[in-house]
Amino acid sequence: MIRYVIRRILFLIPVLIGVAFCVFTLLYLTPGDPARMILGDMATEEAIREFRVKEGLDGPFLVQFGNYIYKAVTRGDIGRSYVTKRPVLDEIMTVFPATLKLSAFAIIIAIIIGMPCGILSAIKQYSIFDTLTMIFAMVGLSMPVFWLGLLLILYFSVHLRWLPSSGFDTFRAMILPSVALSAQSISMITRMTRSSMLEVVRADYIRTARSKGQKESVVIWVHALHNALIPVVTLCGLQFGHLLAGAILTESIFAIPGVGRLMVESIKARDYPIVQGGVLFVAITFSVVNLLVDLLYAYIDPRIKAQYK
Amino acid sequence: MNDTVETTQTNSAETLSAPLSPGRKKRSPLGEVFFRLKRSPLAMFGLTVILILIFTAIFADVLSPYPYRKQDLTRTFETPSRDHLLGTDEFGRDILSRLIYGARVSLQVGFIAVGIALIVGGMLGAAAGYYGGWIDNAIMRVMDVLLSVPQTLLAIAIAAALGPGLFNLMIAVGIAAVPNYARIVRGSVLSIREMEFVEAARAVGSSDLRIILKHIIPNSMAPIIVQSTLGVASAILNAAGLSFIGLGIQPPYPEWGAMLSGGRQYIRDYSHLTLYPGLAIMFTILALNFLGDGLRDALDPRLKR
Repeated sequence: MIRYVIRRILFLIPVLIGVAFCVFTLLYLTPGDPARMILGDMATEEAIREFRVKEGLDGPFLVQFGNYIYKAVTRGDIGRSYVTKRPVLDEIMTVFPATLKLSAFAIIIAIIIGMPCGILSAIKQYSIFDTLTMIFAMVGLSMPVFWLGLLLILYFSVHLRWLPSSGFDTFRAMILPSVALSAQSISMITRMTRSSMLEVVRADYIRTARSKGQKESVVIWVHALHNALIPVVTLCGLQFGHLLAGAILTESIFAIPGVGRLMVESIKARDYPIVQGGVLFVAITFSVVNLLVDLLYAYIDPRIKAQYK
Repeated sequence: MNDTVETTQTNSAETLSAPLSPGRKKRSPLGEVFFRLKRSPLAMFGLTVILILIFTAIFADVLSPYPYRKQDLTRTFETPSRDHLLGTDEFGRDILSRLIYGARVSLQVGFIAVGIALIVGGMLGAAAGYYGGWIDNAIMRVMDVLLSVPQTLLAIAIAAALGPGLFNLMIAVGIAAVPNYARIVRGSVLSIREMEFVEAARAVGSSDLRIILKHIIPNSMAPIIVQSTLGVASAILNAAGLSFIGLGIQPPYPEWGAMLSGGRQYIRDYSHLTLYPGLAIMFTILALNFLGDGLRDALDPRLKR
């Protein structure tokens, strides 16, 4: 098991370097000279040249990329904002907790609603509950998160005046954004749980359990569920990554000071180092979460654990 | 969505060419698929909506009651009436006309982005699956890296680097989806490569290119068709999201996401500005998803439950 964990962690390194390379290339290709952007229009040619040499911006592409990685690893320095001139890492770290909180709330809501709905749908296949759940899940999948967010604001804050439409300080303020963000994940998890349950219920060992006289509730909740949840756990991990990306849109609707809103504002202001840092940060979080899910996966699926004994 | 598609790929090739049971009217493989598709009301609903949308997009000039950029500042924020069936926006432009032209933009973005993803991803996946070895390793490790960035975020990053505009939007959304197609095509190719008819083709001296184009691609179509249908849905959704945050289509050109974004500041008093574009996006995506699900069942009946 430890060998598996180490292998997986080592595997993360090339992936992260790859992501950094893609992100760095994208920034490198965008028009605009970083030195001029940071020093401003008033800077002399002399100062700009000096700055380039000092920051290593005068070297060839690969050298610059090497510098970028070196500075990122040794000093956590992933550039400076063109607008505020503050380090990108500081800017992102101030807003990251809000994004993480939003995504975490959304995935919790998605699991709490999605899994039971999926299980019940599978048990009562072709019932009215199943049909309605599947239709709702399809509608949830098809709703753009930004539109759902606007609708929620319209009904719950404008018409009913129950919940605030912006901010992220109180629990009440977090309800609408988390619900809006979780809709797609609820649908995905419901559908996945249902189809996974239906597949498992047909397995031979379930027939065996039934034929030896086991109670139906034990068959479903103990025997079937344990195996049916394996693919669902993977999906939840993947969903968390999509939630981080979806948070970009949700945050800009509900005016939540998170990574997403910071990125959208930076895109508008052409503050590319922040955009680059934001993408890198979300990608790292996504990879780490997937790693954790894979480890959890190995923990709950003995077949995987056995391979690395 | 992708997770489920993958399971279809292993045996779909035989399904398409499976012999028909005796006594039944003989149908072409395509006819057989359509016959099965027709039995799913939701898939037919999806197909109908998509066909209507395509019709609307093509004949937008004839169908829309007003030009999409015609402003009438004396009649702003009107609610639906006989003159303006869905009301007017903040510049007094007819919302229905803008939705109709928006269908053109959204479908264009959806289909062309998927086309880009399919061609690039398909070639990479086919090469990886067919040649194996270091080519496979090199291509798929790059795809792994791209897959470790959520697709929406990847599209945002590319669009931010390219700048706004219709063409850049298509490229950004398309490139972001490439890894999905590469993976699916590779999986299909891997399973078909080992089959006897490919071996036979190789034995009679067919070239690699001929084997890929003539034998492997036609037989791996089923999962690709399903993924593409669902892919158009997510491309439209992604494109609308990018336009919503100001990275896609720029005003005054009508795009559903951009219309939503434009209307959101008036949501308190004039909610119809955001209601209709959102409904348009939702129904389009819903229809594509229904069609995709139906196609999956029709192309591989063994998975149907």
